[in-house]
Amino acid sequence: MTILEDRPSNPAAGDHDRPIGHGRMQRKEDPRFVRGKGRYVDDIVLPGMLHGAILRAPVAHARLVSIDTSEALAHPKVLAVITGTDLQALGLAWAPTLSMDVQAVLVTDKVRFQGQEVAFVVAEDRYAARDALELIQVEYDVLPPVVDARKAMDPGAPVIRDDLPGRTDNHIFDWEAGDKAETDAVFASADVVVKQEIVYPRVHPAPMETCGAVADFDPIDGRLTLYETTQAPHAHRTLFAMVSGIPEHKIRVVSPDIGGGFGNKVGIYPGYILAVVGSIVTGKPVKWVEDRSENLMSTSFARDYIMQGEIAATKDGKILALRTNVLADHGAFNATAQPTKYPAGFFHIFTGSYDLAAAHCTVTGVYTNKAPGGVAYACSFRVTEAVYLVERMVDILARKLDMDPAELRLKNFIRKEQFPYANKTGWEYDSGDYEPTMRLSMKMAGYDELRREQKEKRERGELMGIGISFFTETVGAGPRKDMDILGLGMADGAELRIHPTGKAVVRISVQSQGQGHETTFAQIVAEEIGIPPEDIDVVHGDTDQTPFGLGTYGSRSTPVSGAAVALVARKVREKARFIAAAMLETRPEDLEWEKGRWFVKGDPSVGKTMAEIAMGAHGTVALPEGIDGNLDAEVTYDPPNLTFPFGAYICVVDVDPGTGHVKVRRFIAVDDCGTRINPMIIEGQIHGGLTDGVGMALMEIIEFDDEGNCLGGSFMDYLIPTAMEVPDWETGFTVTPSPHHPIGAKGVGESATVGSPPAVVNAVVDALTPFGVVHMDMPCTPARVWEAMQGGTRPPV
Amino acid sequence: MQISMTINGTDVTREIEPRVLLVHFIRDDLRLTGTHWGCDTTNCGTCVVLMDGQPVKSCTVLAAMADGHTITTVEGLAHGATLDPVQQGFMEEHGLQCGFCTPGMMLTARALLDHNPHPEPLEIREAISGQICRCTGYATIVRSIQWAAEHPAGAAPETTTSESTEHEVHA
Ligand code: FES
Ligand code: FES
Repeated sequence: MTILEDRPSNPAAGDHDRPIGHGRMQRKEDPRFVRGKGRYVDDIVLPGMLHGAILRAPVAHARLVSIDTSEALAHPKVLAVITGTDLQALGLAWAPTLSMDVQAVLVTDKVRFQGQEVAFVVAEDRYAARDALELIQVEYDVLPPVVDARKAMDPGAPVIRDDLPGRTDNHIFDWEAGDKAETDAVFASADVVVKQEIVYPRVHPAPMETCGAVADFDPIDGRLTLYETTQAPHAHRTLFAMVSGIPEHKIRVVSPDIGGGFGNKVGIYPGYILAVVGSIVTGKPVKWVEDRSENLMSTSFARDYIMQGEIAATKDGKILALRTNVLADHGAFNATAQPTKYPAGFFHIFTGSYDLAAAHCTVTGVYTNKAPGGVAYACSFRVTEAVYLVERMVDILARKLDMDPAELRLKNFIRKEQFPYANKTGWEYDSGDYEPTMRLSMKMAGYDELRREQKEKRERGELMGIGISFFTETVGAGPRKDMDILGLGMADGAELRIHPTGKAVVRISVQSQGQGHETTFAQIVAEEIGIPPEDIDVVHGDTDQTPFGLGTYGSRSTPVSGAAVALVARKVREKARFIAAAMLETRPEDLEWEKGRWFVKGDPSVGKTMAEIAMGAHGTVALPEGIDGNLDAEVTYDPPNLTFPFGAYICVVDVDPGTGHVKVRRFIAVDDCGTRINPMIIEGQIHGGLTDGVGMALMEIIEFDDEGNCLGGSFMDYLIPTAMEVPDWETGFTVTPSPHHPIGAKGVGESATVGSPPAVVNAVVDALTPFGVVHMDMPCTPARVWEAMQGGTRPPV
Repeated sequence: MQISMTINGTDVTREIEPRVLLVHFIRDDLRLTGTHWGCDTTNCGTCVVLMDGQPVKSCTVLAAMADGHTITTVEGLAHGATLDPVQQGFMEEHGLQCGFCTPGMMLTARALLDHNPHPEPLEIREAISGQICRCTGYATIVRSIQWAAEHPAGAAPETTTSESTEHEVHA
C-alpha cells in the first residue's frame, strides 16, 4: 500500500524541505528509451565491425599446459585467435588493478578462478566467434583450489599468487581503524557483551545489461575510440593510456546509454582490453559483449565478508562500544575499487548511527580461487557490510537485554546537537537528526499495532517478524587530500555554456546508468540561473566532450558532480552580473538577482534576463576588463568532506512454518538525503535499492563447491526478485541538508541497498524467535530458514 | 533458409542461418535495437516482443519459428508521433531508470491491457513476473501500467507534463 499525501508542508522545518529546480518533473531521457531508441554498447555497429568471444577456464585452479588454436584459426570466419603468449609479446598479459595489484588479461601460467579468460577469438559474426571457441584445445594440470577464505591462511594452503615475486601465502593486507586499547578497556568493564559471527555472502550486481565494448583503433592516426560499459569514462581513459601505451590524447572513451551499473561497470575487465587488442591486430572495429554467465562468474562480485562482531553495553541499554575482526575474501586478484588509503573501503563507519565510547575494527584480506572484485553492488565502498554488521549486532543486543529494538536504537542515537559528529574511527558526520526519521517510520508502520498483531499471531503459532534498520551512509568520495584511485584525486569537473539565445549546455564528468542525470543536473542549473530545465542540455559519457572527473559510483554524482554543477552555475550567474551591469551602464554591485534576471536595486523594471545577458556577452557591448565575451564557466570540485545520508527502515515478514518461505508483507522506508532535487527520481532510486536488499536477504548468493565451481553462474541459480517477491514500497522522507554541499544535497543512489538487508534479516530472525534463533546468515531461502528452525544453518561459502 | 514475417506492420523477407535466434534476427539483421538481450536462460525478459499479440521471449524463439507470424517490437508501439498510453504511463510514473528492461515490460503491459483493460495491481505483477528489472523495484512499473489503464486514449499533448502525484510521506 502506498500512502498518498498532498505535497507536504512543514513550516517548522523551513524552506529546505522544498525540492529544488522544479521538483518532480518527467525525465528528459525518457522519450528515447520508451521508443526503444536508447543506444547501448551492443546497439553500436561500425562499418566492418568484427565480433570477439572469450574462452574461459572450466576449472578454478590449474597450470596451463598447452593451448592449440590451429583448428579455430582455420575456421573460415575467424580472423584472429589471441592467447596469453601473444599478449606477453606485447607486454599486455597483465594489467594493473584498481587496488595496485595486477590481473591476468589472458592466462599465461596458471588459471586462478573458474571462468578466467584463456583466449580471445575475433570473427566475422557473434555466432562464428562462439563456434570457434569450441575448436580451441587446452590442456590443464588441475591444482587443489582455495575456496573457503577461512582456510586461505592455513599453513600448507596452495599459494594462488605465485606470479608475485617472493609470495609464500595468500595474505593481501591487514588494516585497522579505531583505538584497540581504549575499546578493549570499555569491553572489559561493560555489563553486557554479546558476540556473533556474521557473514555477508558473495553477491553480484548483475545489471540487466552485461558488460561489453566496441574498440575502434585507427592505425593511420593512432586513435582509439572505445565504446564501453563504464561508470567512469575518464578514469578508464587514463588507465587505458597507462596500460596500452596509446597516448591519452589519442584515446576517446564513450560510455553511451548504460543498462544499469551498480558498481559492476567500474573496473576494467580483460574483455575491454581484448577488444582493443583485437582491433589493433585486425585493423577493424571489434565488439565484445559478455553473456550472462560470464558476467556472473568473472566480473566484479560484491561483499564476501566474514565478520566477528562484538557489542558492549550497560545493562539498561546504553551501547558503549563495538569491535570486529573481518576476514575479507578478495578472490584471485585484488581488484577492489576504492580510494587507495582504504583497502576495506569505508567499512570503518561500522559504528553506525550511535554515540559510542569506543570502537575498533581490523580487516584482513586474502586471496582465494574465485573471481576478483569486492566493491560493487551499490555498496558505497563497503558501507553495506558496515551497516549490516552494526544493525544486526544492535538487534542481537536488544534480544539479550529483552528490549524493544526500536527503543534501543532511539536511546543510543547520536543526538542532533552533537553534529558535526566525530565518530571513533575517524569520520566526521556532517549533519543528522535521527530521531524524527525513526519516529516517522514507526508512525507510518503503525509500529505498536504491528507488535500487538505479532503477539497474537505468535500465540496462534504463526510466524510474523518485524525488522528495523537505521543506517548512516557515507558517500560523495572524496576530498583529494585523502582520497584517490591509482593516484587520481576523487574530484569532478563541470562546464557550463550559455548560448547567445539563452539556452544552455552543461558538461559533466560523471556518467548515468539510469539515475537520470540528464534531468537532475539540468534541474540544478535551472535552480541556480533561473532558466527552465528544458532549455538545458546535459552532456556526459564522452571523454572528448566532457571535463575530467572520476565518475559515478559510491553515490557520488550528486554530492560531488552535483556540487560542481551548482558552483559552475553560480560562476556563470556572477559573470552575468558584470555583463548586465555593462549593458545597463551601471555598477555590478547595484544589481540584484531574482530567478533568471539581474535588475537594478530599487528599480525592478530595469534589468536583463539571462537570455539578454547571453546575447549581450556574445554581442557588441563593451565588456569590463577581465570579462571574456561569453557566458561560460568551468569548475573542478574537490569536496571538503563526504556527506552522510541516513534513514529508518522497517520490514514486516510472514514466514511459512511448514516450508520456511519468507514473504515480505510490508516495507517502510524513510530516507533523509538532505536537500531533494527530483522527488520522483529519489523515490525510484530508493525502490530499486530496497529490491536489492530483499534480493540479498532472501535469495541472491554466489556460492562455490569444494572444487571452486561457481554455483551462481546463471539466472537459474542467481535469483533476483521479480514483481512477485517485493511489496508495494511505502516511502517517506525527512530533510537535513548537508552543511558543506552547495545546495545541501547528500546523494541517495545506494542508501536503500545499504540500509535494507538488515531490516529484512532482522525481521526474519524476529519471526523465528519462538525457535530460539538469534542470528541466521543471508540469504534466508526457504531451505536455510527451515534449517534455522531445526536448530542451525551452515554459514554460506 | 528464407523466412518472411510482418514486423511492426512491415513485411520482411530475409535469408538466415536456421539456428539464428529471433532476438538476434531482430537486433542484428533488422537493426531494431530496442529489443534487448540480458541472459542465457530465458529468465530476464529484456527480449520480450509480441508474436501475434502475445508476449514471447525472443531469445527462446528461433527466427525460423516466427516465419509467417506478426511481430511487434518496442519500435512498433507508438502510432506515428503519438505514443502508446503505456509509453506515456512509463514516463509519467517513472517506470524506467536505465531503460534496459523497459521495452519488454511495455510490450507485456500492452498485451495485458489488450486482454484485460482494468487489471488489478496483483494481475499486473503476475503479468510481468517473468521479467526482471534491476533498477525500479517494480512499484513504479505497476503504477505506469495502471496509468495506461486509466488513460486508454493517452493524455492530451498539453497535459503530458507530470501530474504532481506525491507518493512519499513527510514528517
Ligand atoms: S534474454 Fe533473458 S529472457 Fe530472453
Ligand atoms: S529500468 Fe533498468 S532494468 Fe529496468
